[in-house]
Amino acid sequence: MSFSSVSSSSSSAAAAAAAAASISSSSSAFFSPPNFPSSRVSNASVPVKRVGTLQCVSIEEKTAYKTKVSRNANMAKLQAGYLFPEIARRRQAHLLKYPDAQVISLGIGDTTEPIPEVITSAMSKRSDGLSTLEGYSGYGAEQGEKPLRAAIASTFYRDLGIGDDDIFVSDGAKCDITRLQTLFGSDVTIAVQDPSYPAYVDSGVILGQTGHYQKELEKYGKIEYMRCTPENGFFPDLTTVARTDVIFFCSPNNPTGSAATREQLIRLVQFAKDNGSIIVFDSAYGMYMSDDNPRSIFEIPGAREVAVETSSFSKYAGFTGVRLGWTVVPKELLFSDGFPVAKDFNRIVCTCFNGASNIAQAGGLACLTPEGLSAMREVIGFYKENTAIIVETFNSLGFKVYGGRNAPYVWVHFPGRSSWDVFSEILEKTHVVTTPGSGFGPGGEGFVRVSAFGHRANIIEACRRFKQLYR
Amino acid sequence: MESSMLSSPVRMPHSFLAQRARICPPRMLLCHNASGDDVNQPRSHFTKVRRNVNVENLKRGGYLFAEISKREAEHTQKYPDVELIRLGIGDTTEPIPEIITSAMAEQALALSTMEGYRGYGPEQGNQVLREAIASNVYKDLGVEWEEVFISDGAQCDISRLQMLFGSGVTVAVQDPSFPAYVDVSVILGQAGRLDEHTCRYANMVYMRCLPENNYFPDLAKTPATDIIFFCSPNNPTGIAASRSELQQLVDFARKNGSIIVYDCAYASFISDESPRSIFEIPGAKEVAIEVSSFSKLAGFTGVRLGWTVVPNELRYASGSPVIKDFNRIVTTCFNGASNIAQAGGLACLSKKGQEALRSRREHYRVNAEILLEAFEALGGARACGGRNAPYVWVEVPKEGNRDCTSNTRRSGWELFDEILERSHIVTVPGIGFGPGGEGYIRVSAFGRREHIVEASTRLKTLLMPS
Repeated sequence: MSFSSVSSSSSSAAAAAAAAASISSSSSAFFSPPNFPSSRVSNASVPVKRVGTLQCVSIEEKTAYKTKVSRNANMAKLQAGYLFPEIARRRQAHLLKYPDAQVISLGIGDTTEPIPEVITSAMSKRSDGLSTLEGYSGYGAEQGEKPLRAAIASTFYRDLGIGDDDIFVSDGAKCDITRLQTLFGSDVTIAVQDPSYPAYVDSGVILGQTGHYQKELEKYGKIEYMRCTPENGFFPDLTTVARTDVIFFCSPNNPTGSAATREQLIRLVQFAKDNGSIIVFDSAYGMYMSDDNPRSIFEIPGAREVAVETSSFSKYAGFTGVRLGWTVVPKELLFSDGFPVAKDFNRIVCTCFNGASNIAQAGGLACLTPEGLSAMREVIGFYKENTAIIVETFNSLGFKVYGGRNAPYVWVHFPGRSSWDVFSEILEKTHVVTTPGSGFGPGGEGFVRVSAFGHRANIIEACRRFKQLYR
Repeated sequence: MESSMLSSPVRMPHSFLAQRARICPPRMLLCHNASGDDVNQPRSHFTKVRRNVNVENLKRGGYLFAEISKREAEHTQKYPDVELIRLGIGDTTEPIPEIITSAMAEQALALSTMEGYRGYGPEQGNQVLREAIASNVYKDLGVEWEEVFISDGAQCDISRLQMLFGSGVTVAVQDPSFPAYVDVSVILGQAGRLDEHTCRYANMVYMRCLPENNYFPDLAKTPATDIIFFCSPNNPTGIAASRSELQQLVDFARKNGSIIVYDCAYASFISDESPRSIFEIPGAKEVAIEVSSFSKLAGFTGVRLGWTVVPNELRYASGSPVIKDFNRIVTTCFNGASNIAQAGGLACLSKKGQEALRSRREHYRVNAEILLEAFEALGGARACGGRNAPYVWVEVPKEGNRDCTSNTRRSGWELFDEILERSHIVTVPGIGFGPGGEGYIRVSAFGRREHIVEASTRLKTLLMPS
């Protein structure tokens, strides 16, 4: 059974045509803002096959029927589509323009290498088990299956004071971010790194935590943007950061690839403690760390009282399509009235969610066996080698390059240039998709993110083309 | 769902210390761990983040089914040797047909090959599955595949739809109804304050569904709201709305400019001519969103797969298409249903898959019949449902009463406790589904046949009027 989806490399015209016809993580030209096809929504005429409906529609009406429900004002604040569907749209448009081009996707951070068999065979076994009396299971605990929670706790949080029941298994970090935001509600203030993974800001807008978008600043009102630049080592100057209720912090960082040091995270935890804030620590790339930096916020003393941590199997196990992640909410984390945050998060999880797929969870459990961990480290190592190749390429071309050591992203500086312009230039001239830094916030302007997920041959080919363009 | 200290329902200010001891058990304070935490911390750190008032506004007791789970667990501890029969949470029990599980197994194995590996799929779902739903489930109803959004289940979709609508909308629900509609509405700040006496939220419109009105609300007496949640076949009553009733509903929505969120997760259980989709009703595409699920259709309660249809024609007052904003929610707050589950979904919709699933559902239908008969055989108890949905909705009079009027019905939790204690059967008290459920219990028909038959016998013994 094969599905049409975005493939990370494209070779023949047939593949390109198929890809163009398929719907990638955007939903095709239908949702492209400038070309929004009005034919779908403009007329009030009723399709012929629905005989008998004419009496319900006023034949005199020239305009389509509208409900009286007001559009959610928060949705109206959003500036454009989510970043990555926009990248996918541009990739599709490029493929249409150059159907014979061999487009290489180093934009969306999508894993490309097959999942190790020790993991897929566990999922296959669990699937087969569901057709037997002994192996069938219905609803699982919304917080996740106990053995998996235990395995996550012991693999990633051994000796860090985190219990099995502090772990909430999910269908991925992106969904967890929204559930955490739903937990916090519209009245909290948030701080994000600038640049940062766009889901933190966008979910904040949707949930009503922000003001309007200010075009000149490229920022939403009421969000505290913590600038992260080469000059400050991609760690914000906390003395200049205003207090907010929630602080989103991602390390190793998407998109800059930088990893906060132990000393920096101690300062962050102290800052949160002094301000009574809650850190949402995104450690989805923790296993990519090469340097001796903390992989979990809970390595920092006192962090359990100020932080939740979210992570994912996506980039470790190639589970981007399988969907599995987790969030840690320590028992020690309390709201201002002493009420445990975990208790309310549990309520959200039981009410707004119904658990991660049992098959995905079986895969997760296999990931955390010694064999699974070893296999994952091998794939991670492969992507890290890709990253090194990309870093070396841009270095050799004289660019200032950041990241790449502790994350599968390379953050390339193009001083004085618009990042969307650079994105377009690279796409047009080398048929390589990247991600413009400004998509991650105003602090990303002048940078381009190059993702290191890809088949080796494609990485090497992309680098060859970069060398040709920027020689 | 599990019973843990986190699900204890009541938070009382003066028992904070007791709570503190629970959340920071002695071992935490005395243990010197590798992080070098100070063992002699005088008092725990409170952040300055205020608890979300909306979450605080939820009825005490946790989500209904989590509460049922908790009581099940307590009962099992109390009577470890007794065979507990679970007719509470509507959890499927029959294995999934092999034709479907083998498709999922195949997809899983394919992920470890170069040709078969897939990373991120479209957040809206794989096109082939969206097409299969449009052409199989909505054959001839004018639903296009781009209007179908694949999800990890209806419960999650309800939350995403509510996020889409935002806190400023007014909501109507059936009374009784599936608790997620109300609970999510509260969490998102739509519902207003809870009145603890009436168990109603101030801004919510409760559309009474009773035997007297055939379980279809009197729309003439129903105030207009932005959103109307309607579930048919209904959870918990098991009643499926008729074509003319649904036409009334669509006309009502149109007159008021409302949006119907139509939950038809149980449509595959319909055994008569009742509509299986709101889109069978003329005009519905301009006023309704439909949510459905593979959970009960295919035993996918643990696998996690569902879908929502947002018609292109559905517009906000400004003319802006609802589908555009829903797509934005889906791409920002979600990352697609598991590709393995989607492979299973596709197999479910194949001809052989559909055949195999029909026989599973027939099993549950016969279960429901057995339970319905058991209740109908009893004098005084009124039971409905069971014919178009796997739930039986039972109204039980107080002892000594032969009739059931609202003030002679037994209290739901009281009845739940009695049935659990005396016959070791888990049900769900109707009050859990809204004030209109008081005096009823919901009995689920999901179960192994032998358990259903045993339950039927135990219930007859228990409820026989003296």
